[in-house]
Amino acid sequence: MELDRIEKLLEKYLEGSTSIVEEKELRAYFAQENVAAHLKQYAPMFQYFSIAKEERYTKELPLKKRNINYKWLSIAAMAVLLFGIYFGKEYQEKKEAEYAYNETKKALTLLADNFNKGTEKVAYLNEFENTKQKIYNKN
Amino acid sequence: MPFKDKLYRLAKRLLVSREEAEDATQEILMKLWAKNENIGKYNNVEAFAMTMTKNFCLDRLKSRQAGNLKLVHSNYGDDNTSLQKQVEVKDSLDWVGKIMEELPEQQKMILQLRDVEEYDFDEIGELLNMKPTAIRVALSRARKTVREKLMQKHSYGIG
Repeated sequence: MELDRIEKLLEKYLEGSTSIVEEKELRAYFAQENVAAHLKQYAPMFQYFSIAKEERYTKELPLKKRNINYKWLSIAAMAVLLFGIYFGKEYQEKKEAEYAYNETKKALTLLADNFNKGTEKVAYLNEFENTKQKIYNKN
Repeated sequence: MPFKDKLYRLAKRLLVSREEAEDATQEILMKLWAKNENIGKYNNVEAFAMTMTKNFCLDRLKSRQAGNLKLVHSNYGDDNTSLQKQVEVKDSLDWVGKIMEELPEQQKMILQLRDVEEYDFDEIGELLNMKPTAIRVALSRARKTVREKLMQKHSYGIG
């Protein structure tokens, strides 16, 4: 890279009329070892800019929890509620059916008991019949 | 966010203190995060974030001035302890940074945006609400100031 060009670029640079590409050229020139003695004073300036660009933001960002989306939350709650009502109803129906079954069973048991009582009485009646037959047969 | 380093560097250029620059950057990133949903509306998020950072830092500086608060930062290196050549080189680089601290805010920002971040005049103009010619003048002034101060330091070093 000829010194002439660098000097010209420097002049333009100080006037603020260099392009980005030309400034890159300058920075590259001053980043290397053999800088002309009378231009050495400029080196820190350009080197500083290159180094300054390397600075990084290293602080950890405190992770903020994402805002709960209330729209979707309400929809989810609604779904849970509907499920609850639906299955709750089913459960209740099942309970009712069980209750009805038990009641029916109770009623049938009562009926059976009474039937049994009836058969006992019929047994007495049988006895009566038998005796009656005996009497008839004797006569 | 890919440009968070740029935000931080701009904040540090203006506020000087590393801690303050970190806080400012964090604040800006949080604000951006909060705007997450309608961020698509801004066609250039980076420019938007940079403008936010600029405004935030200038406000900070203003309130610092109003509150008559001292510049408090601990990241000034001790530049008298350097013995090795390498350290000396780093030292002269630090010097450039210190010279830049003395520039007016506007020149500081222009120099930062142009020579460090390599923004073109249109982008800088958008960020700082300035016309390209005004930017060029300020940039030239800033560069010349840095050079002159650097030369002063240089000749002191020799003499």
